[in-house]
Amino acid sequence: MSIPFPLLPPSASSFATEMDLLYLFITAVSAFFVVLVAALVVVFAIKFRRRHPDEVGADIHGSLVLELTWTFIPFVLAMAMFVWGADVFFRLSRPPADAMEFFATGKQWMWKVQHPSGVREINELHVPLGRPIRITLGSEDVIHDFSIPAMRVKMDAVPGKLTTLWFTPTVVGTYHLFCAEYCGTKHSGMIGSVTVMQPQDYEAWIGGGVPGASPAALGEKHFTDLGCASCHKADGKGIGPNLTGIFGSTVALNGGGSVQADENYLRESIMNPQAKVVNGYPNPSPMPSFQATASEEQIMQLIAYLKTLRSTGATGGH
Amino acid sequence: MSSTPTVQSSSYLDAPYGVAAWLLTKDHKRIAMLYLISITIFFAVGGAFAAGIRLELLTPKGDLWTDDMYNKLFTLHGVVMIFFFLIPSIPAVLGNFLLPIMIGTKDLAFPRINLLSWYIYIAGATITLAAVFSGGLDTGWTFYTPYSSAASQTAVSTAAIGVFVTGFSSILTGLNFIVTVHRMRAPGMTWFRLPLFVWAQYATSLVMILGTPVIAITILLVFAERALHLGFFDPNRGGDPVLFQHLFWFYSHPAVYIMILPGMGVMSELVAAVSRKQVFGYSFVAFSSLAIAILGFLVWGHHLFVSSQSIYAGLVFSIITMLVAVPSAVKTFNWAATMYKGSVTWESPTYWVIGFMGLFTIGGLTGLFLATMGLDIHLTDTYFVVAHFHYIMVGGAIMAYMGGLHFWWPKMTGKMYSEAGAKASAILVFVGFNLTFFPQFVLGYMGMPRRYHAYPEEWQVLNVLSSAGASVLALGYLLPAFYFTYSIFKGAKAPANPWGAKGLEWTIPSPPPTFNFDEDPVVTEPAYNYKPGREVHVG
Repeated sequence: MSIPFPLLPPSASSFATEMDLLYLFITAVSAFFVVLVAALVVVFAIKFRRRHPDEVGADIHGSLVLELTWTFIPFVLAMAMFVWGADVFFRLSRPPADAMEFFATGKQWMWKVQHPSGVREINELHVPLGRPIRITLGSEDVIHDFSIPAMRVKMDAVPGKLTTLWFTPTVVGTYHLFCAEYCGTKHSGMIGSVTVMQPQDYEAWIGGGVPGASPAALGEKHFTDLGCASCHKADGKGIGPNLTGIFGSTVALNGGGSVQADENYLRESIMNPQAKVVNGYPNPSPMPSFQATASEEQIMQLIAYLKTLRSTGATGGH
Repeated sequence: MSSTPTVQSSSYLDAPYGVAAWLLTKDHKRIAMLYLISITIFFAVGGAFAAGIRLELLTPKGDLWTDDMYNKLFTLHGVVMIFFFLIPSIPAVLGNFLLPIMIGTKDLAFPRINLLSWYIYIAGATITLAAVFSGGLDTGWTFYTPYSSAASQTAVSTAAIGVFVTGFSSILTGLNFIVTVHRMRAPGMTWFRLPLFVWAQYATSLVMILGTPVIAITILLVFAERALHLGFFDPNRGGDPVLFQHLFWFYSHPAVYIMILPGMGVMSELVAAVSRKQVFGYSFVAFSSLAIAILGFLVWGHHLFVSSQSIYAGLVFSIITMLVAVPSAVKTFNWAATMYKGSVTWESPTYWVIGFMGLFTIGGLTGLFLATMGLDIHLTDTYFVVAHFHYIMVGGAIMAYMGGLHFWWPKMTGKMYSEAGAKASAILVFVGFNLTFFPQFVLGYMGMPRRYHAYPEEWQVLNVLSSAGASVLALGYLLPAFYFTYSIFKGAKAPANPWGAKGLEWTIPSPPPTFNFDEDPVVTEPAYNYKPGREVHVG
């Protein structure tokens, strides 16, 4: 007789097996304790059942040895789960440097995805087999959550900041994509699919990409169109700081302290330039906020462009 | 009725009669009955919403209700069950009725404030019901921003005021209990002679008065952002949506302990009474309640592992959450050990005790899956979470509440109910509950997100099992409505001590006189002082 439903989701990423192992470990520990407690209670209730109406139980008050035993054993097991879980979590939180970089924006009620080559999709994501895929997430309205159970990954898309998730697809196929954070009327319609393809099939599907429409290329265009370039000059003589090599660098701040220039710092500086002004530049900053003018996707593209400025080295800015 | 030779005062249920005498009563026992009736109504309302959810999920397509209607159903199910049933359930009904009697006093420290807390509860409930009828509420009971503060088109502001107001009812009840336990104990009722139910109520009250103001302020901020357009959580107004989650869970995680700690207290009483044996490791059980209450305030971030919270903060929240498992395990093993060499009855309260032990153990252990950071990435926001917290709140808290209600019903009403009915109810609830919620663990690991109106077809079998279980569960909960009601009119008169149990409440008539004790009690022995050779008196 077969079970008419599956017990585990499909496994399509490098994380699936270790996630399942961790799950099975905790399941085994839990099953042991559930059976133990149930057996103790049922056996005691039967074996020590009341024989006549006035009977009372034995005069037992406790046992320090037993108390220490059932304090210590659960403690050790819980700590084992903590360490194993933290290890998996940290690896899931740290994308490798060579990952392909995708962008996904949540919007009531769809996912807009952009590939490194500029190709765009809605509610679908095609990825090549065997390459680490890093997805930078943003939201245009409320909190969403990008969830791919087959990859065992999930991350909130939070308005006002950028978040990331990553995975390496290991099995060709099509898998569910869900919004897992409740986001309003059509939350359960904010679904789609993730298709893992052989690398050569992916290249064919991309078809060479969309010329001039890669996120970085679009970002470069926004950099000019939104007027960024007029102040952030590559020769360092603009009103604003030279942004060459900005990504990943340590920026000294006005008023002391410093900050690592990651995606969220760059995003904040575009949306709210007064939040962290670079040391040596006027405070308050003369830069306007782009909160109303730049969309979430444009911000991501601008950041993609700023990242490319890292390797030029032409102006020796940093 | 009782063998006490002194002249009996009239029971609290007798004179004075009349609506005014009940609605203006300062008697903690009558106020407990007012709460019992009110929360039972809300339990039925919340259950009706749940029925709507389970009917929709019989089929993969969202074809029974519209999206908006479905979203309102699960939101209102959560809001009603948590704020208007679970949080007041054991403290406001059993706690109100029993706490003064268990410590040997006439009433709570502040009888008028006790009545006021019921009126505040009713006012909050009325405002929240007004929200239901003026557009409903579709934010989920969690009110996550910026959806609740900037996007939802429903009556969020009204509901927020309703929940805000209701919070004061909890705060006042908690305050009343704490002062009562400190100041009103009978001579000889030392801290370590207190029944463990009182310890649990005390720990719960601490959580209530420390945590509830935070949710009140948080909900007020949502209201201010929505109605006055002040920016707290909406990034378009300079706010941070994740800040809301920190504030919300700072209360709402401890609120889980507001729901389960009193249930643990009930279990300690029931296990001792049905086994006629001293609770094994009394002081470990007592202090584990305090440990849970304190640790409960330090774990809120485990709801935020995928919210963009710092991964290092996540580490701290994960390890502290793991620590909560320890006092919970200590309690469970002590209850089991209490039954060892006991004199275990097979009367109806035992059925609820055994049911609780099974369900609470599963509920507690599945919390470990979610506290494990790496695994939580896959499980959070799925049906695994739904199953887990229902095992704690329904399998744990409501099972304990039902057990307590059956155990003390003869004391509260002076009537015996149908034992057969009570056993049938406990079995139906246990079977129905597992059939409803166990499949949801599997659905969760498969990846089915919470709050989904429609779902992929391959998950239908598990969802149908769950809905079928819910109908069995509903029968299990409906049954007591009949035999309890019947018992009031036609039930046999309850003796003072029908279970042959220890505790001051069993030394006074059923139902108790208005001022509980005709003579002020003096306590000379520890709680649960069952001694072989010193036989107990049943009746």
